[in-house]
Amino acid sequence: MKNFDLIKLPFSKENPILVQVLGVCSCLAVTAQLKPAVVMALSVTVVVVLANVIVSLLRNTIPPRIRIIVQLVVVSTLVVLVDQVLKAYVYDVSKQLSVFVGLIITNCIVMGRLEAFAMVQKPWASFLDGLGNGIGYSVILIVLGFVRELFGSGTLWGYPVMEKLGLYSIGYENNGLMIMPPMALILVGLIIWWHRSKNKDLCE
Amino acid sequence: MNMKWLEDWFEKIEPKGKWSWLGSTYEAFHTFAFTPKTVTKSGSHIRDAVDMKRSIIIVVIALIPALLFGMWNIGYQTAMSTGADWHWLYMWWFGFLRMLPLIVVSYVVGLGIEFAFAQYRHHEVNEGYLATGLLIPMIVPVTTPLWQVALAVAFAVIIGKEVFGGSGMNFLNPALVARAFLFFAYPTHMSGDKVWIAADLWGSDAIAGATPMGELAAGTNPSASALDMLIGTVPGSTCETSVIAIALGAFLLLFTGIASWRIMLSVFVGGGAMGLLFNAIGANAYMELPFYYHFLMGGFAFGAVFMATDPVTAAQTNSGKWIYGLLIGAFAVLLRVCNPAYPEGMMLSILFMNCMAPLIDHCVVARNIKARESRLSRASRATRKEAHNG
Repeated sequence: MKNFDLIKLPFSKENPILVQVLGVCSCLAVTAQLKPAVVMALSVTVVVVLANVIVSLLRNTIPPRIRIIVQLVVVSTLVVLVDQVLKAYVYDVSKQLSVFVGLIITNCIVMGRLEAFAMVQKPWASFLDGLGNGIGYSVILIVLGFVRELFGSGTLWGYPVMEKLGLYSIGYENNGLMIMPPMALILVGLIIWWHRSKNKDLCE
Repeated sequence: MNMKWLEDWFEKIEPKGKWSWLGSTYEAFHTFAFTPKTVTKSGSHIRDAVDMKRSIIIVVIALIPALLFGMWNIGYQTAMSTGADWHWLYMWWFGFLRMLPLIVVSYVVGLGIEFAFAQYRHHEVNEGYLATGLLIPMIVPVTTPLWQVALAVAFAVIIGKEVFGGSGMNFLNPALVARAFLFFAYPTHMSGDKVWIAADLWGSDAIAGATPMGELAAGTNPSASALDMLIGTVPGSTCETSVIAIALGAFLLLFTGIASWRIMLSVFVGGGAMGLLFNAIGANAYMELPFYYHFLMGGFAFGAVFMATDPVTAAQTNSGKWIYGLLIGAFAVLLRVCNPAYPEGMMLSILFMNCMAPLIDHCVVARNIKARESRLSRASRATRKEAHNG
């Protein structure tokens, strides 16, 4: 596989959320606003990239029977690091994300990439694969965060867009359904719909 | 009446060549006016006068008493609240003018999307929306802003119906999807006591006036008597208040066999049983409410007659229909009494049971197969024994 494909495929045709339907829990839970969505996207990308590289370096020394535990140790270490960094520099977002930072450990994208890719590939390829999957996850999170915050709260990154546009004075109102997780699921469904219509070979 | 001219006109405008992509729109209007040109000619098939178009039209006719009464009630509520001395005809006219934009928006947006999807996917335009489009304005508060209705209709038709393949493939009642969308997206316009009575002919201002259920949720007994609620002269969603008008529609639906009497009856039985159970507990004023009040308040009757019986989303097996209806009624009353966040439980209860209907059917069918299997093995054992004895 060409190196470029390692980044391109998880972005579109093997997108972790749209095609593999992994990591959906956090994708529904943290995207009510743009800022936590971006922070979450960055955190997961950092964790999956670093975990991929570390596990790939260790892959020949890990006994197969305890590989999951070793992977978990690597991932948890990284997640704790990320969590501490978030607490130190963006405390408010860290509070908003609450358990979901810790739950990156159980994010299927991370475990999936380690099992399926990093255990059998060289570090550089694993790095690119982690980056591609991280970006594929991030794009969806950011799109969801953008749409949900804009229509659900009328703001973007806390900036009152709808109010500045003067929409409230002509009768516009925020859509309360947008900030509920079910609407995130429906939005993901709509994105999948659009994505499949562009990639007919993905349709069953 | 000789309709030859219309037929000729249809012949003339039949889209060909570069206009052939408009085929299904043409087809929709043509079959609306005439019987289809292509019909099955041979083989064994059941011929019945009732097709989808007719059953939908009967539902629309069944809705008319509730619609007419609802229009009058809109005017009546405004007149009562403002102290205006209006003739009853003017009350009706007032309500008619308030309802008309809601109905027009619902039909224009909904049918627009339906036609667009039919064209794009090259399938027929289904008639299902004729009923849905009328149901949606009938179950929202009169002051709902039109753009919100348009958005809800678009959501219901696209997410509730078209993504699953159009009419007949949806698992949720589209009209209730629209209402649920409004309820969760714009809660301030869908509940509380400032939405049910229109302040004037134009504009979305409302006069304060709580529905009987709003009063109960606030911890007071309803100020309206049971008779008022039976007739329907109480605030509420536009056309859901009058149990008598709904009953007229129900008779038509039952007489023509369009709606299932099993579902309709079992919803009331389920709701009544739950009401009696709460009476037996009697921990607060809401629980002590006479059970039949639940039939008269809010959307219970309307939901039982027009929503729960939607043949697409209801259970299909006969015993499944009983379970489905009983649980709708029971859950609706349970939600009303026990969950203060949702004063009206009927909508959520029907949507929930819509999701459960396939499961109910599956269990009923599986049980039936099992029963027949054991009957068969018993029968074969008996014949073997007989042969042995003989």
